[in-house]
Amino acid sequence: MKTLVWVEHDGKAVKDATLSAVTAAAKLGEVHLLVAGQGVDGVAAEAAVIAGVGKVHVADDAAYAHGLAENVAPLVAGLMATHDAFVAPATTTAKNIAPRVAALLDVMQVSDILSVEGADSFTRPIYAGNAIATVKTSDKKLVLTVRTTAFDKASPTGGTGSVEKVASTGDAGLSSFAGAEIAKLERPELTSAKVIVSGGRALQSSENFKTLIEPLADKLGAAVGASRAAVDAGYVPNDYQVGQTGKIVAPEVYIAIGISGAIQHLAGMKDSKTIIAINKDEDAPIFQVADIGLVGDLYKIVPELTDKL
Amino acid sequence: MRVLVPVKRVLDYNVKPRVKADGSGVDLANVKMSMNPFDEIAVEEAIRLKEKGVVTEIVAVSVGEAKCQETLRTALAMGADRAILVQTDDRVEPLGVAKLLAKIVAEEAPELVILGKQAIDDDNNQTGQMLAGLLGWGQGTFASAVEIADGHAKVTREVDGGLETDDLKLPAIVTTDLRLNEPRYASLPNIMKAKSKPMATKTPADYGVDVAPRLTVTNVVEPPRRSAGVKVADVDELVTKLKALGVAK
Ligand SMILES: Cc1cc2nc3c(=O)[nH]c(=O)nc-3n(C[C@H](O)[C@H](O)[C@H](O)COP(=O)(O)OP(=O)(O)OC[C@H]3O[C@@H](n4cnc5c(N)ncnc54)[C@H](O)[C@@H]3O)c2cc1C
Repeated sequence: MKTLVWVEHDGKAVKDATLSAVTAAAKLGEVHLLVAGQGVDGVAAEAAVIAGVGKVHVADDAAYAHGLAENVAPLVAGLMATHDAFVAPATTTAKNIAPRVAALLDVMQVSDILSVEGADSFTRPIYAGNAIATVKTSDKKLVLTVRTTAFDKASPTGGTGSVEKVASTGDAGLSSFAGAEIAKLERPELTSAKVIVSGGRALQSSENFKTLIEPLADKLGAAVGASRAAVDAGYVPNDYQVGQTGKIVAPEVYIAIGISGAIQHLAGMKDSKTIIAINKDEDAPIFQVADIGLVGDLYKIVPELTDKL
Repeated sequence: MRVLVPVKRVLDYNVKPRVKADGSGVDLANVKMSMNPFDEIAVEEAIRLKEKGVVTEIVAVSVGEAKCQETLRTALAMGADRAILVQTDDRVEPLGVAKLLAKIVAEEAPELVILGKQAIDDDNNQTGQMLAGLLGWGQGTFASAVEIADGHAKVTREVDGGLETDDLKLPAIVTTDLRLNEPRYASLPNIMKAKSKPMATKTPADYGVDVAPRLTVTNVVEPPRRSAGVKVADVDELVTKLKALGVAK
């Protein structure tokens, strides 16, 4: 089987999520990549040395600069004439594009795969990860998105892929990019951090996130995450949300502070290696999944903890 | 302008899903079912656009068994004007739903379709994007703000790195994220009024759409369970644990 893997990048470098998708695709067959963007020669060169990669298709055009699905989907659908599976990491960019590709190909996408059970068979989480379904597809071509925490990262070096330009399918004329507010990260990225410190509704303000959660995160070299309640209340931006409908994370250590442990939150972090919970309610559901729990008031515990580290 | 709002009946988000022992799926017998929360946000957004005078009519659509009437009545009670139920007892996948919606769009000629970004049962996150692909329309997914003016929709989207704004030519598709709005509860008088709002019942065959699933679900199991660990007595003990884990020096 010949796969076409979506390379997630920021115009400058390949994102780690790509490496997990490569591992998933390698279980199906030959791994080819697609780099779409504007001025992405550097990204393509980096992608070509990912271990196990064959051809790297590069579509370099202004129409692809912002990854607009309306422009990218016809490009992918065209390339699928000579590939059997489109495999993309489940990032917001790819979640936007892949189903549009599937519709153009008349294929039912399999979202968020956790494992490859065979050439047509996959497992995936449903009901916020409270159930794992095995699904078998009857479609001739595959469109898959990959839960990146479920697959090891392919080695970013050692590969000898060849770079090949592909023609642009142009601007579909349906949409245009009008701006972005992308946070400048001073800390590790949530989805690749080894340690995450997350705060919930109990933090009560963005000020408390700054004075309590961030110093602790900095002591631990950790990324900062949050529950939906904390994001809804405006304590932190939307991209901090961990959960069923936010980011899926699986760090070495996840520290949940003032988070109750609703199933929608657990869906995003319960595959973390070690879970630590700090909560004043000893019956909070978070303690049912925590490896280490400390019952008490976060306003006393967190400053003391930061101090003693 | 007319807006189409597809809504799905799902296991209520407060109910803990139970996997059936025979591996055939999640047990939906005698449990509370509700409108998918993201679809409530979609209905609310349509109503707000109507209140602003941008939208003139809101048509709610559901695909599924007869009980989806309840879900549609909820949409009508919130403020939708009329409803279409595409009734079937078979499992319809996002691709099938998108094909049905494309037919309804051809009949109803809406300028905007607002959908939830994902249904909290299958967690697919596909239908809106597929519909946009089938129609050849622009798509504003994971929306946290929508502005309609001069034949365009400006959609602010929740993306991995923060927020992105795209400008779409109408007609277009929008899918909702959590921060778009806070859906209203239907008032009692509106629930009463909703009972007399029009609801058409159709079948997939009426639209000539083959909705046979492409995926077979061969098994459904519970995920490996995490067992509760230990409680530590104080911060000093926690620090010791963190050191043992190698995350603190
Ligand atoms: C469609 C849908 C999608 C959702 N998606 C997500 C998602 O992706 N991610 C997500 O997180 N949620 C999601 N939710 C929301 C989820 O159901 C919960 O409402 C949310 O996770 C609760 O956040 P929380 O734990 O911060 O707040 P709460 O549940 O209010 O918990 C606060 C906790 O803080 C503790 N506390 C209070 N004061 C102190 C103190 N001084 N010291 C120590 N502890 C204290 C309390 O005991 C309590 O356990 C979703 C919901 C829906 C309907």
